[in-house]
Amino acid sequence: MDKLIISPAPHIHGGDTVSKNMLAVIVALIPALLVGFYFFGLGALIITVTAVVSCVLFEYLIQRFVLKTEPTVSDGSAALTGLLLALNLPSNFPVWMVIVGSLVAIGIAKMSFGGLGNNPFNPALVGRVFLLISFPVEMTSWPVPVPFSTKYLDAVTAATPLASMKGHLGTIPDTLHLFLGNTGGSMGEVSALAILIGLAYLLYKKIISWHIPVSILATVFVFTGILHFANPTLFASPVAHLFTGGLMLGAVFMATDYVTSPMNTRGMLVYGVGIGIITVLIRAFGAYPEGVSFAILIMNAFTPLINTYIKPKRFGEKRK
Amino acid sequence: MKTFRIGGIHPKENKFSAGKKIQQTELPKQVVIPLAHYIGAPGEPVVKKGDLVKAGQLIGKANGFISANIHSSVSGKVNKIDVQLDASGYKRPAVFIDVDGDEWLETIDRSGEIVRECHLSKEEILRKIQDAGIVGLGGATFPAHVKLSPPPGKKAEVLVINGVECEPYLTCDHQLMLEKGEEIVVGITIIMKVLDVKRAVIGIENNKPDAIENLRKIASQYNGIEVVPLKVQYPQGGEKQLIDATIGRQVPSGALPIEVGAVVQNVGTTFAIYEAVQKNKPLIERVMTVTGKSAVSPSNYLVRIGTLLTEVVNQAGGVPDGTGKIIGGGPMMGRSLMNLNVPMAKGSAGILFMPDEESIRKPMKNCIRCTKCVTVCPMGLEPFLLMNQSERNMWTEMEKERVMDCIECGSCSYTCPSNRPLLDYIRFGKTSVGAIIRNRAVKSVTK
Repeated sequence: MDKLIISPAPHIHGGDTVSKNMLAVIVALIPALLVGFYFFGLGALIITVTAVVSCVLFEYLIQRFVLKTEPTVSDGSAALTGLLLALNLPSNFPVWMVIVGSLVAIGIAKMSFGGLGNNPFNPALVGRVFLLISFPVEMTSWPVPVPFSTKYLDAVTAATPLASMKGHLGTIPDTLHLFLGNTGGSMGEVSALAILIGLAYLLYKKIISWHIPVSILATVFVFTGILHFANPTLFASPVAHLFTGGLMLGAVFMATDYVTSPMNTRGMLVYGVGIGIITVLIRAFGAYPEGVSFAILIMNAFTPLINTYIKPKRFGEKRK
Repeated sequence: MKTFRIGGIHPKENKFSAGKKIQQTELPKQVVIPLAHYIGAPGEPVVKKGDLVKAGQLIGKANGFISANIHSSVSGKVNKIDVQLDASGYKRPAVFIDVDGDEWLETIDRSGEIVRECHLSKEEILRKIQDAGIVGLGGATFPAHVKLSPPPGKKAEVLVINGVECEPYLTCDHQLMLEKGEEIVVGITIIMKVLDVKRAVIGIENNKPDAIENLRKIASQYNGIEVVPLKVQYPQGGEKQLIDATIGRQVPSGALPIEVGAVVQNVGTTFAIYEAVQKNKPLIERVMTVTGKSAVSPSNYLVRIGTLLTEVVNQAGGVPDGTGKIIGGGPMMGRSLMNLNVPMAKGSAGILFMPDEESIRKPMKNCIRCTKCVTVCPMGLEPFLLMNQSERNMWTEMEKERVMDCIECGSCSYTCPSNRPLLDYIRFGKTSVGAIIRNRAVKSVTK
């Protein structure tokens, strides 16, 4: 009683922490992970473990020995980056390349900018795009899904549905397969259903709002719909676009990254529409079959601009 | 269920003292009555050392329009007029009175009988409210007669009564609505007469269904008074939020509620106005909540203004073991007290004991840009940005980002997963920006 604590209001805190948020996103990724393990077996497991362990380790080592600050790996953000990187890779990807990708993600994209909260670009995506540009062959040979496969580097590969949609329309698997995940692709992106379950969890826990995922998906749907309507032989249907490639994974888990997305819901809508448009432009007219990663990174670069010019709805603001 | 439209949080309510009957505390041996409350100029003392005073007698005269009269809350002898540390942490002039018996001014009607009829004119009522030293009892302690005198050219349309009590832990307004419902409603009719309005709404959060039901029943016997149940959401008791929640109008930036035709009064203030007008009783006592997770007997007490908080706490079972912080007011906007030797003021709504483990803030981490502070801000501001600018003394930019709109509700700091002291920095910025704005006004006048 003789020593009372004096501090300004408020005197209570809601109890939210950084690690609780990170953990919630990791939990939301569990369905996608399980689907990945089911269809890609051993390879998926090896890559996930490698990416998570190396991301955490790199962050710890850099903070401990290079920056000489208190390590903050316990907040879970490095583990999450590792997980997201793994989900963006093909399951027959060599271990040493995964480690290189993790180093780029954590070392260059995150820690060199000052750690969590200061990175302008999504670390997992920087890692992925670095790997895509450096090792294009390994990054684009996608194993065919075989339940509980024990093959790793020797898995049978085939073109992804999205690649078959490029240029001239090949055979696109039916939508149900795309929805459940029984198609080729990176281990986390194949099942739209698993990702949507994760989205529902994130929305329920109020970790993210609907604005970014919905605006991205709606934009892609409308834009590809127009293209498909104009020329159905050249452009795939909007439904096929929604359920193929990294769109779902990107819209739900990568674009919604706290640090690199805009700070209010109006800005989020602009950002989401931007990602949607760039994605479709790359998919339909670019050199790569997939454009979600590039689209998100490009819009990451626009985030500070969006934050400067698009302000939240103020109290008492007149309707225009 | 209605509520305000932007932001808001829902902290754990912890209303331990809900439903506890208002108990009268024993008279202390000495009271220390501050001549200044938080807002407005200090009153001029009109008594001197050795004078005998009765309860209800004027001891400090209002100094200017935005100032309120101060009355003795006890009978006895003026011991001295000196400075006293008050709950805000500043030394302020106060009148020290040694208590002797409990003799009240003869004009004050102390019977429990409810006086419903009021035949006074607008001006007479306003004068009575001003004479009785009524200030806003919700915490801001703004003189009531000022709020009830709209500036020329402005006309009130709706009276909004604040029965929200959105601060966690506090229950004094709740209990008052249960025990003094009829008096409050009569008070509302009196204020309606002063403002010349036909409509009054009472906003009450739906965690107080008994108060909603009680006031609804009573209000149905009067014309134009409506109870509006509101979804529990902090800071609904904020004037602008309450107007938005009850009548759906948003007061523009920098404007007063009268701009949208609304005048807001708290239920406690309304009760005090009833007592002043119908019972001739100045504001010399109020209900306060003494509470906390470890409090011995959390309850609501009727306390004379000027009673030292130690006396109140002793009668409520003393300071519980393991108390790390004592707050004057609620946990969201109250002030932490250095000690309990401070007098009860007109704005004191509660004493709250916080256990050790909840008293110290957790260390701050990097901002992860999660947007939660932006989402919860009831004014639509960007707390993370304002804190950044405040750290860098960017006052011009802060003014553009509407820092002066901040109502200091603390929702941002409460929500931040990185424990960033957002409101501390914003408050600092508000002080600096406020000074710049005042300087500019002075310059433009002297030019």
